[in-house]
Amino acid sequence: MITHQDSMHILLVDDDEDDRAFFSEAIQELKMNNKLTLLKDGNDLMDYLILPEIKLPHVLFLDLNMPGKTGIECLKEIRADTRFKDVSIAIYSTSSSEKDIEDTFIGGANIYIKKPNDFSKLKKVIKEVVNMNWQFHTSGLNIETFFFSV
Amino acid sequence: MKLNFSYDGNIAVKAILQEQLEHLDIKFQLLDLGQIEIGDDVSEQSFTTLQTNLKKYGIQIVDNPKGQLIQKIKDAIIEIVYDKEKFPNITISQYLSDKLNFRYGYITNFFSEYTHTSIENFIILQKIERAKKLIMEEELTLTEISHELNYSSVAYLSTQFKKVTGLTPSLFKRIVVKRREMTNND
Repeated sequence: MITHQDSMHILLVDDDEDDRAFFSEAIQELKMNNKLTLLKDGNDLMDYLILPEIKLPHVLFLDLNMPGKTGIECLKEIRADTRFKDVSIAIYSTSSSEKDIEDTFIGGANIYIKKPNDFSKLKKVIKEVVNMNWQFHTSGLNIETFFFSV
Repeated sequence: MKLNFSYDGNIAVKAILQEQLEHLDIKFQLLDLGQIEIGDDVSEQSFTTLQTNLKKYGIQIVDNPKGQLIQKIKDAIIEIVYDKEKFPNITISQYLSDKLNFRYGYITNFFSEYTHTSIENFIILQKIERAKKLIMEEELTLTEISHELNYSSVAYLSTQFKKVTGLTPSLFKRIVVKRREMTNND
C-alpha cells in the first residue's frame, strides 16, 4: 500500500504512435502528479519490467492488439510473476463483448477499458481509471478483487 | 484443499504492530484510530528497522500532520462501514466531526484536496469493498448484504456495485472464482 505519496507512476504500452500521443496528452492534463513511461510493444515491456533500477508502475495500460507479443500474453506473463502483484493492469480494447471482458479479468487484469472513439471521452475515462486506481493503492483496498470496467 | 476465511483488518494490523514492537523491545501503547504511542528513547536504528519490517505488511508510519489527518478520516469511515451496530443513531458526517473535532465542511474540503476523491465517494468505495468480501465469504445473500451495508434495497446495492466496478455482483463473483481455480490449477 502506498500512502500519501503524491506521485503516481503510469506505464503505457501501445504500438500505435497516435494512440500513445493521445494517451499521454490525456494523462498530462490530469490534475495529479504523475510520471508517465511510454513503451511501444510487449517485448519492450517485459524487458523494462525486469530492469533492476526501475520503480514498478502503479498502473500499466496495455493495448490488447499489438503485433508480436499481444496484451493478453503480457498479462499472462506478468500475473505469473509475484514480483508484479501490486501493479494494476488496465487493458484497453475495441471490443465490448461481455465474454472478452470476463476473460480479461479472469486472466488477471484489474481494469478493462472499451476504447472510446473521441478524445474528450478518452480523457474522461483515463481520469476515472487513474483516480480509481489511486484510491486502491492509497486506501488499502484489496487489489485481488479490484475490477473496474468502463 | 481450499479454505475460505474471513478477517478483520483492524485486529490483524494491531496484532502485527504488537508483534513487531515487542520483537524490537519498544515500549508502546496502542491508541485508537491508527495511532500508537512509543517512548522517546527509541534508537534511530530500531525505528528504521521497525519501518522496514512494517513495510512488508503494507503498513507505513505516517510522519506528516496532513497525512495523519487523512488517515484518521479514512479510519473513522472504515470503522463506521464495518461496525454499523456500534453507531445506531449517528450520521457519518456527525460522527466524523465529533470524532475529529472539526466542522464537517472543513473535513470534506481537506479530504478532497489531498486524496483526489470526495468523502462521499470514499464511503461508497469502502462499502463496495466490504460487499465484495461478504459476497466472497458466501455466508449472506445479496439481500442480507444490502441490509448489512444499510442500503435501502438490493437493487440500489447492485446499481452502486455496478457503478464502482462496472460489473454485476454475480459476474464479479464468477470472475473471482474462476481466477482462483486457474491459479490453483497452475
